[in-house]
Amino acid sequence: MDPNLLTSLNAARRGRQAAILITGLDDGSSRLVMRGDTVTGDLGAALSKAFLSGKSGTVETEHGRYFLNVHLPAPRMVIIGAVHISQALAPMAAMTGFDVKVIDPRTAFATEDRFSSVDLVADWPEDALSDRPIDAFTALVAVTHDPKIDDWPLISALRAQAFYVGALGSRKTHAKRVERLAQAGLGEDQIARIAAPIGLDIGAQSPEEIAVAILAQAIAALRKDPGGA
Amino acid sequence: MTSRDSIRTDALPSGGSAEDQLDPLMLAERWMRDGRQVAMATVIETWGSAPRPVGSHLVIDADGNFTGSVSGGCVEGAVIAEAADVIASGAPKMLEFGVADETAWRVGLSCGGRIQVYLERVG
Repeated sequence: MDPNLLTSLNAARRGRQAAILITGLDDGSSRLVMRGDTVTGDLGAALSKAFLSGKSGTVETEHGRYFLNVHLPAPRMVIIGAVHISQALAPMAAMTGFDVKVIDPRTAFATEDRFSSVDLVADWPEDALSDRPIDAFTALVAVTHDPKIDDWPLISALRAQAFYVGALGSRKTHAKRVERLAQAGLGEDQIARIAAPIGLDIGAQSPEEIAVAILAQAIAALRKDPGGA
Repeated sequence: MTSRDSIRTDALPSGGSAEDQLDPLMLAERWMRDGRQVAMATVIETWGSAPRPVGSHLVIDADGNFTGSVSGGCVEGAVIAEAADVIASGAPKMLEFGVADETAWRVGLSCGGRIQVYLERVG
């Protein structure tokens, strides 16, 4: 394998970009394909499928046998609001394999006491996320109810096509939110991606139960084929 | 994140050296930069209960230093031994381990699974 391919693959992984390393098992050739690259034929179809499923494996094509090693970034969960629900959600999401960050500029909420062993940032989302912006492999959970805090990360997540975007709030609160986001220039389709009311409908009542409903919904968005979700 | 029926996601590799030590591909890149000769083994296919999923890597240098894994430690020794050949010749090899043949029994997979490993030189 060409060492430059290894360098490019590692750069993609560091940069949280989805990539597939293709190895030709008949001729020992190697090639790196990024999500969005155009590849025709049987191989192209297999690549599209692999980017969706995340599964590595061998494929037989008209040009021979290939091994596809799929590299997808680890899913992140960014929780806006260091509230009671987040205290339950953050550790549960971490247990499930999410790389979790809780953000709340209100220092009364964002305290070490309430969030031990959680990556907690007491700052505005704009600043807290400047070094690692929301991307397609991020679940954004906005639970402050406060437009001053929630709106920016919601807009940012929808533009970045985050795989899950959920926002807490009554239908009335959400209707107003929809108006604000439309004014901010987001399309109807984009806004419709927000899970609101947030969480799977399991009749959750306590903050812990709501956390379960949110986590289950985020996992479904991650694991289920977008076409079948 | 370990089930083969779900999306496999990489642990996020950072620039930090501790994580790079544990990430075979990052370490292989560093070894290359340091001028070391490197072979990379990849699990291509698994049957039965194999300990490491398809796509897992073991990287080996010319002195037999290695990191990563292609099994739970059962067949790494055999892969490392083959790596010297591959580094010398540059020709990739397909290795197969399982309970079915005698070599496999000697270096065997205790879990009773079978794995196919592709071994190639980087560079």
